[in-house]
Amino acid sequence: MTVTSPAAKVGERPVEVIDREGMVVRFCGDSGDGMQLAGTQMTNTSAAFGNDVSTLPDFPAEIRAPAGSLAGVSGFQLNFSSNPLQTPGDEVNALIAMNPAALKANLEDLEEGGILIVNEDAFTKQNLAKAKYEENPLENDSLKSYRLFKVPVDKLNLEATKDTGLSGRAASRCRNFFALGLTYWLFGRPLDSTLKWITDKFGTKPAVADANAKALKAGYNFGDTTEMFGAKYYIPKAKLKSGTYRKLSGNQATALGLIAAAKLANQPLFYASYPITPASDILHELSRHKNYKVRTFQAEDEISAMTAIIGASFAGNMAVTGTSGPGVALKSEGLGLAVMAELPMVIVNVQRGGPSTGLPTKTEQADLNQAILGRNGEAPMCVLAAATPADCFDMALEAFRIAVEYMTPVLLLTDGYLANGSEPWRIPASNELPAIKINHPKAGDEFRPYERDEKLSRPWAVPGTPGLQHRIGGLEKKEVTGEVCYESENHQRMIDLRRKKIQGIVKTIPLVEVYGDQTDDLLVLGWGSTYGAITSAVDRCRAKGMKVSSAHLRYLDPMPGNLGDVLKSFKKVLIPEMNCGQLLHRIRSTYLIDAEGFHKVQGKPFMISEIEAKIRETLEGGL
Amino acid sequence: MSVKSQDTPLTAKDFGSDQEVRWCPGCGDYAILSAVKKALPETGATLENTVFVSGIGCSSRFPYYMGTYGLHGIHGRAMAIATGVKLANPELQVWVVTGDGDGFSIGGNHMLHAIRRNVDINILLFNNEIYGLTKGQYSPTSPKGQRTKSSPYGSIDYPIHPISVAIGAEASFVARTVDRNLKHMGEVLKRAAEHKGTSFVEIYQNCPIFNDGAFSYATEKETKDDTTVYLEHNKPLVFGPDNARKGIRLNGLDPEVVDLGDGVREDDLLFHDEAAEQPSLAYLLSRMHHPQFPEPIGVFRAVDRPTYDAMLFEQERQAFEKQGEGTLEKLFDDGETWTVTEEEAHS
Repeated sequence: MTVTSPAAKVGERPVEVIDREGMVVRFCGDSGDGMQLAGTQMTNTSAAFGNDVSTLPDFPAEIRAPAGSLAGVSGFQLNFSSNPLQTPGDEVNALIAMNPAALKANLEDLEEGGILIVNEDAFTKQNLAKAKYEENPLENDSLKSYRLFKVPVDKLNLEATKDTGLSGRAASRCRNFFALGLTYWLFGRPLDSTLKWITDKFGTKPAVADANAKALKAGYNFGDTTEMFGAKYYIPKAKLKSGTYRKLSGNQATALGLIAAAKLANQPLFYASYPITPASDILHELSRHKNYKVRTFQAEDEISAMTAIIGASFAGNMAVTGTSGPGVALKSEGLGLAVMAELPMVIVNVQRGGPSTGLPTKTEQADLNQAILGRNGEAPMCVLAAATPADCFDMALEAFRIAVEYMTPVLLLTDGYLANGSEPWRIPASNELPAIKINHPKAGDEFRPYERDEKLSRPWAVPGTPGLQHRIGGLEKKEVTGEVCYESENHQRMIDLRRKKIQGIVKTIPLVEVYGDQTDDLLVLGWGSTYGAITSAVDRCRAKGMKVSSAHLRYLDPMPGNLGDVLKSFKKVLIPEMNCGQLLHRIRSTYLIDAEGFHKVQGKPFMISEIEAKIRETLEGGL
Repeated sequence: MSVKSQDTPLTAKDFGSDQEVRWCPGCGDYAILSAVKKALPETGATLENTVFVSGIGCSSRFPYYMGTYGLHGIHGRAMAIATGVKLANPELQVWVVTGDGDGFSIGGNHMLHAIRRNVDINILLFNNEIYGLTKGQYSPTSPKGQRTKSSPYGSIDYPIHPISVAIGAEASFVARTVDRNLKHMGEVLKRAAEHKGTSFVEIYQNCPIFNDGAFSYATEKETKDDTTVYLEHNKPLVFGPDNARKGIRLNGLDPEVVDLGDGVREDDLLFHDEAAEQPSLAYLLSRMHHPQFPEPIGVFRAVDRPTYDAMLFEQERQAFEKQGEGTLEKLFDDGETWTVTEEEAHS
């Protein structure tokens, strides 16, 4: 379109620069090829450049599946745009494939006419066989509907890194930086932030740093000098609210939210966890922050992590455990004890594909029933769900706010898609953060362990306080005094009180907001990570004149007080979920409305287009 | 809820609660409760800084009968709960009360890991070799062949030996005492309380209802001198009635029982060393079982090893020293931030 865009640098080959609103780029290769790293660097650079970004890492459960195999393909998708983004994008506009298996596994997501950069050196007979290609797709016309660029990445990378003193094998590992450099040229990205990262990361290994930097520059220069590429692309800055931003993944956001909650409460944070995909990064992040009085305890198993936080909460810490669905299954008896003991704590479930071990690295939201109902006896617990990666920060804070205000365990649901995906986060000023008030009874205070305040919360008296010694546990408690009590009427009262307390949380949570019109033909109701896809789909449909609005639940139990009224203001309600209808059944049974479900349980998030099509179908189906 | 002034020394009675004790008449747990209440004030413990944690089982009702803070947990998890309590507030003196089923069957994993971490907690294992609260099934410490409700033809489970397991899990303090010897129990409890690190104490405890007399060989006047040997640091292993003193001598790597006199002097016997760097001697002692050997009573092993909690808080201290106290501003700034100005936002 124009050659004057700021992306063209002085001294570079004059080339057509095409302005685009946004681009969806996906890097894919072997799980050892460094695709996650390349994607992350591209994300950081684009975010710092001023684009809105949204990412979708997609990697196999095997750490290193056999090289070149389909099982070992790892991908990283980045959507960067000059407009606000809600999702990592449906269709890929540019695919960088490092080998035949990566090409085969990812090609179906590339738009027709999309940019396809392949590492042609990897298309050997052996690799083609591993990817189950009978013919080399680069040599027939099977890729003719794409803009194919065959780049000898391996050769060029080795050439670029030959004087660094690295062995051929070590040098070949820099090829992701070569591919990244080329991508930077194509999208007019500056190299500085990645060059700085390389220096910081490999500071103690100058040869490795040198080789990676050379590979990156060589990739960039290749784009510039070869005439293979007739044009490059320019994606202007996005208009974000003013402020200071950083990029944040869901798991990082959860970790920061937990630390912030403890800091605001002026208490130590105790995080006990057993490593599990996709929750382990929360443990990694938290274990770095000892100077915030963050105490991480890598427990021997999920049950230990759960019960250790019960002990830590009893002793007065802000206690939290993080896990995924199979871990919550193991923790469920402990959750029951937490309900009975009425102690504040947070349990984070980074949901993944289930049942059982399921799809450990893939996303799903099929643990809602488990979160709300998955305990023996009548054991109500507050359940929250984050909507976007950055929202994990707010919901982690909110989880602790509710836990300490209501003396209850709070279960926070996120998922693999939120956990690993990232987006820009506007860093909040301290006065934008909520207050988290802790009120431990003091020596000399009138104290009865199960005497309740106006919120039906019991006092949180902690060991070390003279005169307030008391005993709690899993046996039914006598009202007010907290002694063990087997009386039938007391049990009924305590069951009712515990439920009423949780239901009462509704008074301190925000009402659900309708996005669109307050009354309309169709309401699309979502929860958790489907927020982006639903909102974008509703935007597109409304732009086409369809009478559709959306609402999103971040509070699952209790649900917002106005939800019933909102639902009844619409002729139809559609509930898309990455499960077989868990929220759907809850909505139908709670509000007695004939809501319709839309289910996708493939280990992948909804695409905007899928929801858009379903909205159209639902509206066309008659009201 | 009266608070005693600091000048008035606390007594055993102060450590009790107002709850009615509901163990069966004659249960060994009564003696242990009484010994614990008596020992605690002698260790300088205060009511407010002491926490009793338990799992599930007869023994696990223990916290309700103490006037301290208490947490009656779920089956097998007391060691993990106690770890959480101690790491949340290292000033607290934390006790775990568990049984052979709670601590070595359903809670076996937590037992191993609490011990290996050397968290500064005190674990009291009430071993009665039976499931009492569920009314009489064999436990992981029941002898092979024991007939119980769930093993009418005799148990075909090989028993686990708690002291051997504790030593195998790198315990820094291991002791055994018996419910019928209040004085010895009191001494062992005090040693356990004073030890920094996980203290593991096995207490032979009689269940008069479902396994009466399981340890009578070790507690009855007629037999106990011959069936038990009291361990004393740097002293030879000598046992038996005054008129027929016997000892334990090493024959190669194996212990053997020998009569004293007739050319066998105390110097020829095995000398106990609870502070030995290697746990082999403690382990060898833990393998001495009735009726082949007298069973050792006392402190098997007591060594200094940095505790998990001390190391955790040392790392925290160092982090504060090096990085200063963390602020939210520092936390949020990952070094890769960018700023959108008012101008850019509205352009």
